[in-house]
Amino acid sequence: MTVGQSVNRKEGRDKVTGAAKYVDDYHFQDIWYGKTVRSTVAHAQITGIEFLAGFDWSTVVLADYRDITSRNIVALIYDDQPLLAESLVRHVYEPILLIAAPTKELAELAAKHVHITYKKLPAVLTIEDSLSAEQKIFGDDNVFKSYTVTRGNVEDAFQSAEVVVEETYHVGHQEQLYIETNGIIATAKSDGTILIQGSMQCPYYVHRAIKELFGLPDEKVVVVQNVTGGGFGGKEEFPSVVAGHAALLAKKCGHPVKIVYERGEDFVASTKRHPAVIRHRTGLTRDGRLIAAEIDLTFDGGAYCTLSPVVLSRGVIHALGPYKCPNIRVTGKVVATNTPPNGAFRGFGVPQACFASEMHMENISRKLDISPVELRRKNMLHQGDYTLTGQQLTYSVGTQQVLDAVLERSDYLARRSHKQPELSNKRYGIGLSFYYHGGGFTGSGEEKIKGQAAVELTAEGTVRILTASTEIGQGTRTIFSQIVAQELGLRPEDVEFEENDTSKVPDSGPTVASRTCMVVGRVVQMAAASLKEEMAKRIASLAQCQASEIQFEGRHLLWQKDGEIISVSFAEAAERCMSRTGFLKTTAQYSSPPGIKWDDVTYSGDAYPVYAYAADVVEVEVDMDTFEVKILKVTTATDVGKAINPTLAEGQIEGGTVQALGYGLFEEVAWKDGKILNNRLTNYIIPTSLDIPDMETVLIENPYPYGPYGAKGIGELPMDGGAPALVAAIADAVGAVVTEIPATPERIMEAMEKLAVEA
Amino acid sequence: MAIKIVVNGQDLEVSVSPMKRLLDVLRQDCYLTGTKEGCGEGECGACSVLVDGEVINSCLVPVCQVEGSEIVTVEGLAENGKLVPVQEAFIKYGAAQCGICIPGMLMAAQALLDSKELSKQTPTRYEIREAIAGNLCRCTGYMKIVDAIEAAALSTLEKK
Ligand code: FES
Ligand code: FES
Repeated sequence: MTVGQSVNRKEGRDKVTGAAKYVDDYHFQDIWYGKTVRSTVAHAQITGIEFLAGFDWSTVVLADYRDITSRNIVALIYDDQPLLAESLVRHVYEPILLIAAPTKELAELAAKHVHITYKKLPAVLTIEDSLSAEQKIFGDDNVFKSYTVTRGNVEDAFQSAEVVVEETYHVGHQEQLYIETNGIIATAKSDGTILIQGSMQCPYYVHRAIKELFGLPDEKVVVVQNVTGGGFGGKEEFPSVVAGHAALLAKKCGHPVKIVYERGEDFVASTKRHPAVIRHRTGLTRDGRLIAAEIDLTFDGGAYCTLSPVVLSRGVIHALGPYKCPNIRVTGKVVATNTPPNGAFRGFGVPQACFASEMHMENISRKLDISPVELRRKNMLHQGDYTLTGQQLTYSVGTQQVLDAVLERSDYLARRSHKQPELSNKRYGIGLSFYYHGGGFTGSGEEKIKGQAAVELTAEGTVRILTASTEIGQGTRTIFSQIVAQELGLRPEDVEFEENDTSKVPDSGPTVASRTCMVVGRVVQMAAASLKEEMAKRIASLAQCQASEIQFEGRHLLWQKDGEIISVSFAEAAERCMSRTGFLKTTAQYSSPPGIKWDDVTYSGDAYPVYAYAADVVEVEVDMDTFEVKILKVTTATDVGKAINPTLAEGQIEGGTVQALGYGLFEEVAWKDGKILNNRLTNYIIPTSLDIPDMETVLIENPYPYGPYGAKGIGELPMDGGAPALVAAIADAVGAVVTEIPATPERIMEAMEKLAVEA
Repeated sequence: MAIKIVVNGQDLEVSVSPMKRLLDVLRQDCYLTGTKEGCGEGECGACSVLVDGEVINSCLVPVCQVEGSEIVTVEGLAENGKLVPVQEAFIKYGAAQCGICIPGMLMAAQALLDSKELSKQTPTRYEIREAIAGNLCRCTGYMKIVDAIEAAALSTLEKK
């Protein structure tokens, strides 16, 4: 059995010896460097671009929107974002002009000699301004997309509610802050082919974006993913922008062009998590049963649509959390502002929704004086229950198990009844969150994409996987090799990978949405199963036995003949299988589990094939003089379906949880007139090893019948629950619920003052 | 200007501007791209290397300041392809995810393991956390990194 074992990371050795090559580690003889000149104002007409004297302009090459030969767009959902601004800029940092030069320094120097003049227009900088639609910047109402999901009869149910609890929650931007900044190298070949290599999650997104820009057919664009130093969604759609810029310059200057952002530029130029305002109004029975709910979410999309409609859709579907409520209406909007576009970030709309819904549970438990645990137990989804989209949960529902496990492992009940030390300015607090996350694309997404993957025999008698799913640190290569090895009776080290190159690997769909293991892993497993079948057939015809009698075990194929066991090594069998055709390759394609139904119009049905569930307990100590928060301990329990590789699964959970704690406690983007004030690691603070205590990570396996060996997607789930558990712990310590994150000392103080006034 | 440095045990002479960042000299002039840049201002530790046994951020140091010094980068840890205990432990404990912080993290860890106090006892988990506090990792949440360093410390001590 290799599935279920914590085998070593496939590329681990390269990563600990410095051998792994990231995009900035590539150097070509004649390479040039690209630099982007960006808008300095939030909303304006461009009135002129001046190239100042004092710089020798013949030493560099310039490109602007007029150099784009087909469509000036970053192809995604609405195609509203230009690759380079034409006459109008819609946010600060919007790219306007590109410069290529033989050295980075020269490109930088040239950029300092460009002067752009603007005629300023009124800028819409907040959700409130956008909603007022006084200044229209998108359509008639500034709304990119809205959704309504309704179940039951909400108005009547509120009539019969014994208690109504209402509150509004706010969350701000969060930067992905992968430690490797965005980087691409583009080469324009003499036959018109454009070659892109670099840091990215989704080579086929970049492939499509480049085709659209230059009007090229599939085969004229080749995109190769290099070792990627973290993505977290930040390298889902954004690398299309960098690649477009590099490609444009490469075409124009005739050299390969490298663009690797410095941290400060990456921070301001790239997408972030959507800020949101989320209002909950909930009707309950006095003993704490949810009977009516109204939830309204407004997300700030920024200046262009990017992936906002899908981010919002996931937020809307997860708005209630893993609870049942027979009468509910969820409304959601994502609006345009003159701020840099927001986009994909691990969790994809759920961390916002989950913070609001879990803090609302905290508020309800206080108002009704019911313990947070009892409130959850009363309302949680169980197998057979219906979610807010009317999806009946028929398998792999680990709600009760994760809650029980986290309470037990953290000793929550005993610790919650602690006594505060007298005469100390420190207060202890413990908080709980309980949450879920749908795996794979929302609704009919996976059916539309139909992700593919293939496996083939190699000349050396091993197996190679062909997939566009990228390794970005989460362990794609390791778990895929385990899955294939398991199917074929091999060891993970007998499985290799085709280079992640769009001219060589099929489109498995993007590496996003917690879908790599659960969805593409399943496709890889199916491809391996057909390879096995085909090999068995070919060997059976040579050996004159039944294909079904052939076993794949211990790197051998085994069967019985005349009472004797015959065995050939896998390598030898592979050679025999390929003797006539020279190769053997099998491809598989995703199809939804049976019975899955989704209606895009009414937004009802099976929103996801399955959900993963988790519960967190966070313990803190709050200094009552400074309101500084120290995290003492974190315990998580996660229903993963099946851990293909427990160490890697824990790594996902621990890493995601720490990002979530950062979101809840420190990470905040400061703005002025549409500009970011803290685009550096000195002033945008992410958790260090000293900010985070040891964690206990409990894995619970509740197999999903249609995932590989039962696995569910857990890439994003751990990003959802850390912030609310942390803020609930702060509330337990100080007695007041902070409704806006990050929970800075100022916000904790405000929450306490508000509470004092109310009392 | 020709500047002499010892990198991973090799005597080198590089002709560069004396103010060129050690990070760039290593990556561009010594072709050692294992050392990474994450911020360029001393905050992330991706560029950590050892200079005469001390961990420093090579993005902050002009090469002239380390003239004559012994510099060890991630490429200099393993000897003839044999990984040192901390590298082995990083693999075994799943401490590397995307890997971009790992070269710097390993140098900070190695400096801790090399420190004199460690000849008597293994560091506490808190001491390990302190030793890597200047090295940001966005992927792992640090648990597996601390586990790996702890295990490497134990095996190093056992060997002593
Ligand atoms: S690159 Fe040197 S500390 Fe970040
Ligand atoms: S492993 Fe990715 S930043 Fe540390």
